[in-house]
Amino acid sequence: MQSQATYNYKVVRQFAIMTVVWGIVGMLVGVIAAAQLVWPELNVHEFLHFGRLRPLHTNAVIFAFGGCALFATSYYVVQRTCHARLFAPGLAAFTFWGWQLVIVLAAITLPLGYTSSKEYAELEWPIDILIAIVWVSYAVVFFGTIAKRKVSHIYVANWFFGAFILTVALLHIVNSAAIPVSLTSMKSYSAYAGVQDAMVQWWYGHNAVGFFLTAGFLGMMYYFVPKQADRPVYSYRLSVVHFWALIFTYMWAGPHHLHYTALPDWTQSVGMIFSLILLAPSWGGMINGVLTLSGAWHKLRTDPILKFLITSLSFYGMSTFEGPMMSIKTVNALSHYTDWTVGHVHSGALGWVAMISIGSVYFLLPRLYGKTEMYSVKLINAHFWIATIGIVLYIASMWISGVMQGLMWRATNPDGTLTYSFVESVKASYPFWTIRFLGGALFLTGMFIMFYNMVKTIAGQKAYDAPVLTPAAAHA
Amino acid sequence: MDINDIRSLITVLGLVCFLAICAWAYSKHAKAGFDAAARLPFSDDDLPARGGRQDLEGKTNG
Repeated sequence: MQSQATYNYKVVRQFAIMTVVWGIVGMLVGVIAAAQLVWPELNVHEFLHFGRLRPLHTNAVIFAFGGCALFATSYYVVQRTCHARLFAPGLAAFTFWGWQLVIVLAAITLPLGYTSSKEYAELEWPIDILIAIVWVSYAVVFFGTIAKRKVSHIYVANWFFGAFILTVALLHIVNSAAIPVSLTSMKSYSAYAGVQDAMVQWWYGHNAVGFFLTAGFLGMMYYFVPKQADRPVYSYRLSVVHFWALIFTYMWAGPHHLHYTALPDWTQSVGMIFSLILLAPSWGGMINGVLTLSGAWHKLRTDPILKFLITSLSFYGMSTFEGPMMSIKTVNALSHYTDWTVGHVHSGALGWVAMISIGSVYFLLPRLYGKTEMYSVKLINAHFWIATIGIVLYIASMWISGVMQGLMWRATNPDGTLTYSFVESVKASYPFWTIRFLGGALFLTGMFIMFYNMVKTIAGQKAYDAPVLTPAAAHA
Repeated sequence: MDINDIRSLITVLGLVCFLAICAWAYSKHAKAGFDAAARLPFSDDDLPARGGRQDLEGKTNG
């Protein structure tokens, strides 16, 4: 009887497809914003001004592209490693439609200029309430599935997904606490004031990096890297230590966003020290992922999905080395407010987050449509190389312009006056902004290739729902 | 007791808790469970065209 039950792949399919669609939308907005910096005349209308498009870009790539990838993979992984169909299918469908509604509302309100002005939490209070409802439903579906699992262990990927879901709920609800001007107004004021507001914001902001953009995607890493390499994770005990080390340290790192501000000095130092400590668990996790491939390195030559997954781990290692370095106060004095930060973020966002998501979606799509592989493996390979060249152009140009800006801003003449005016540093940045635009455009091109490959893979195929593994087979 | 004593206590307890988790993770006691958990993604063939239902039923019977 039980062998006729199937996993709920429908919601996974929906989120997987929307990952690619929102990836294109979010990155296109990013490329437009990059072009506006090079050619300011592209700021054609207030709705399409850089200041309105920039938060739209960050929200779209983090929460629409990254969010859909996390929903898709977590729903897939939790079912397959718990040997149980998704709990509360109606609620799971609600998380899909609710999340799409949030994205559409963001795409309308941000260009209109509705913003709470909190970075990565710009959406105004009615949308924040909707996000909270969708997110709590997500938690019910995910943890409900864990509760009805047919195996005794909870696989490590689910620990990371679970931590991501719980923490994002906490971060979102605390940081979005606000008093609306009136019930009919979109405008609200934060529940916190002054430096407390800043600290709550960057406690949120850095843990959004730590739990949304790291823990969730590490959940992907711990399932899809072993699956694609066809061997178990290098060290399961290291994955347990990796998990708890991240949980215990990430929460304290936020103050490094507020170096040399009104935040008390000791708080800045605590943030810096915990950021430095974070290097250890981050690299532990990276090494665990990469060494999963030991004995199967030859697969990297022929398998472009594995290339995406392993390259993402290399970028994860790079950006989690760069991050702690940049959190050192004296380094931060040079890097903060420059393009170096933008380069660092994109090394993590394009190199780590996007590449592991792309690899995972390439893994998922054929399996969700009853096929063994994508329509064209060659196109996956082309996507990989175009994306990699795009990232290298992007981050290298931002490093150079960032360090240059930092040096120009701090340069003084013998009489103590500033050597350069601000606009001189803007003028010097143009060539690098052009290279950045090219790098971003290449990365976007890769997403269009992925879209084509996805459509060709799905075309004419019936949706496929794999049977739930029976308990007897689970012990075989 | 000052609230800052409680804050310090929580921090120290957090560290002790983490070290205890490390000791447990590297103990012999946890090894068998970890090995079983690490195999979880491989408990069945997820490629429909290659294995699928027939394979699963074969496993169930055996």
